[in-house]
Amino acid sequence: MEIVNFTPWTALAGGALIGLAASVLALGSGRIAGISGIAGGLFLHGTADRAWRVAFLAGLVAAPWLLSVAGWPGVRPALPPDTFSATTLIVAGLLVGLGTRLANGCTSGHGVCGLARLSPRSLVAVMVFMSTAALTTGVVRHLWS
Amino acid sequence: MRQNTSPLLIATGSGLLFGIGLIVAGMHDPAKVLGFLDLAGAWDPSLAFVMIGAIGVALLPFQWLKRRGHDLAGQPVAFPSGQRLADPALLAGSVLFGIGWGLAGICPGPAIVDIAQGWGPALRFGIGLLAGFVLYAGLKRR
Repeated sequence: MEIVNFTPWTALAGGALIGLAASVLALGSGRIAGISGIAGGLFLHGTADRAWRVAFLAGLVAAPWLLSVAGWPGVRPALPPDTFSATTLIVAGLLVGLGTRLANGCTSGHGVCGLARLSPRSLVAVMVFMSTAALTTGVVRHLWS
Repeated sequence: MRQNTSPLLIATGSGLLFGIGLIVAGMHDPAKVLGFLDLAGAWDPSLAFVMIGAIGVALLPFQWLKRRGHDLAGQPVAFPSGQRLADPALLAGSVLFGIGWGLAGICPGPAIVDIAQGWGPALRFGIGLLAGFVLYAGLKRR
């Protein structure tokens, strides 16, 4: 197995910032920084606490702008925009949207916050979605095309 | 007791840090995520290091909060609890999420960061993501 594009320092630093973000929200408001829950929760009928969700998403949305202004390279993804068809992208989005809500979490909710909490449920979720994702990528990249 | 504006400031600050972290880590780029998920041939371990960095920082605060039971403002922590270890929704949802994530290497956080930049693929993904959120909310209502 050949190692390519490995960026250990920015990965650790970026990860630490994500961990810090989750810690700030938990310590300051007792909430889980799970993006699927924060964004998806806006669509639930009868959600009372919309304001903090919008505030969080506003911060998230401001990040690429802030980093662009600061001159950070690579704010725009390197993946060629025509890699996936619109159909593939929409189907992927639908699966992610529905799946994360059913599972009550995603890579941030279960992966970061859940594992930091040492939640057995999150460990199960992470093991299932990680292995499923790796299998899917492998099949699509090496068997399908 | 803090007034109402403070929780919104905390939320915005957290979101901003989160988004910066995602971009610095390169996780907003599906190429980097797929490079990790594709275990055959050339492999990029970076995502694992992102998780190590994130959990490394968050572990102690979360453990402390778990024991304490309430946040710094004195409010009870809203951590999910009392559910079965692995119910059908968790398992089925994780499988669906895994397939979707494995297809294009995009999950909710990166999707939003890239939609914010007007990146084409994320906008298309976003249509599906929105549909998924709305569909779930509709199912929940019944």
